[in-house]
Amino acid sequence: MGSNVDENTWVFYKDRKEWADVVPVPQDDGPHPVVKIAYSNVFTDVYDYFRAMMCSGELSQRALDLTDDALNMNAANYTVWQYRRKILKHLGSNLENELTFCRDMIEVNPKNYQVWHHRRVIVEWLGDASRELRLTEMIFNQDAKNYHAWEHRQWVLRTFKLFDGELDFVDTLLEDDVRNNSAWNQRHFTIALTTGFTPEVIEREVEYAKNAIKKVVGNESAWSYLKGVAQHHDGYMGSICHLEEWCQEMYDAGTRSPHLLSFMIDINEDKMEREPSSREPVLKETLDMCEALANEHDKIREEYWKYVKRHLSHSFGA
Amino acid sequence: MSGIYWGISAIDLLGQLDRMDRSEIVSFIKKCHDTTTGGFAPSIGHDAHLLYTLSAVQILAILDVLEEVDTESTVRFISGLQNEDGSFSGDKWGEIDTRFSFCAVACLALLKRLDAVNLDKAVDFVMKCQNVDGGFGTRPGSESHAGQIYCCLGLLSITGQLHRVNGDLLGWWLCERQLPSGGLNGRPEKLPDVCYSWWVLASLTMLGRLHWINATKMNVFIMATQDSETGGFTDRPGDMVDLYHTLFGLAGLSLLGESGLKPINPVFCMPQYVLDKLALSVQIMAV
Repeated sequence: MGSNVDENTWVFYKDRKEWADVVPVPQDDGPHPVVKIAYSNVFTDVYDYFRAMMCSGELSQRALDLTDDALNMNAANYTVWQYRRKILKHLGSNLENELTFCRDMIEVNPKNYQVWHHRRVIVEWLGDASRELRLTEMIFNQDAKNYHAWEHRQWVLRTFKLFDGELDFVDTLLEDDVRNNSAWNQRHFTIALTTGFTPEVIEREVEYAKNAIKKVVGNESAWSYLKGVAQHHDGYMGSICHLEEWCQEMYDAGTRSPHLLSFMIDINEDKMEREPSSREPVLKETLDMCEALANEHDKIREEYWKYVKRHLSHSFGA
Repeated sequence: MSGIYWGISAIDLLGQLDRMDRSEIVSFIKKCHDTTTGGFAPSIGHDAHLLYTLSAVQILAILDVLEEVDTESTVRFISGLQNEDGSFSGDKWGEIDTRFSFCAVACLALLKRLDAVNLDKAVDFVMKCQNVDGGFGTRPGSESHAGQIYCCLGLLSITGQLHRVNGDLLGWWLCERQLPSGGLNGRPEKLPDVCYSWWVLASLTMLGRLHWINATKMNVFIMATQDSETGGFTDRPGDMVDLYHTLFGLAGLSLLGESGLKPINPVFCMPQYVLDKLALSVQIMAV
């Protein structure tokens, strides 16, 4: 928190003629402050005057401009944001300009809750979300996993029904970084709220995940997505787009990625559920995989794999 | 307010609570109580918010002076923040987040006033935030995130509803957070951070699956985030220390059974003896 203000060039509010009528209100931390913060002189100056505005309830243009400074000093001060909104409403200020201010604040503080909340409120007041997809896209260029930006985008899509083109957008992000878990999550979100996971969509998405895995086998998100999509399918998991054979091919070619083995175990578990006659041979192969994971391929999670082995033996053993 | 909670909890885990000036802290907390809304502010003269209301009540519980809380007004503040769909806003301005669901329920549990809100709806909303990978996010549709998972599981544990969760599936997602370095991340393909030692380990503890994490490697990672010159813990080795990461580093170590630290409650992130004194128990999944 803080700003890059140069104390030598800063014109203190206490020295500004047009603020001479205002009595600054110092912060009252009590006689024995517990965790006393070492505020800069500029910070103290700005906030002494902000407190004065709140005390007198002044909702003027100069008060609005003061909140600019207060927020630049501390973008997380939600009281200032709230007071700013009060002023905006009172003055009937141009909300398009406010969107610009908000965007600038977001660029500097992209992981701050308050700036995104403010943006949402202004968009709600305007009833205009036409800039939001571009804004979030811009933030994703800096950080494609920014949780706040994804939340905001989801809110926009849901509220203003702007799902058109979202899957293509997700595509471009995954082209950039196929490991972007947020993008995979967005894919699921978009489909769930548009077409839903119909048999055709399930097939399409399974192929999509398979292609991503072909590019990078050790990609947790793609496997997680694959598993999530497969869950929407009623029938045997291994039969969707020949998943059983596809996995076996990779295995036979020597791939021992824990994600692959884990998925094969899931497929086998599903098979043993549905076809009791398959249990004996499939169980042995599956338990061996668990052993291999515990001892070799995913040793850090050996307790988990031992558990899975016990659990499967118990469920499907003789 | 939250800074005090992090500091107090950390120092109590270390068995050095009497180094703090209790009366100063209590006096500060009282000044942060907003009598209009009933909630607590992060500092004097600021607006009340659920986050700081929980922190305030947690501190007072640790200091064993819960009677200093004006329970009625605080309960009024919290219950007034529950929405139709069972979710909670952080304050009257309406931001919704499963963190706030947890804050509300945990705070009411400490005040023995869970009757003040609609728990069924609160649980329903949390379940709407569950994703296909078994995890939970901020709001329905939001990406699964270890911090949000901790909050949702915490609420389910307090309300005795953990059976709604697939422990194997979520336990797996959680133990997948462990990277080769031994550290934990909060979502797939992100960097490790010591605070996830808390969010993930506490979550796994609630699910009865703490042993799914490699404790030795975890321990090495947490210890590496200590600053041997200044003391304290940081998010990852080499960065600046702060109170937040210090508490969560210590809390993670406590869960792992580190000697020299008091046992910690996995739901409330407060020393266990405090919850015992309040006769507050939490649900832990049996495996």
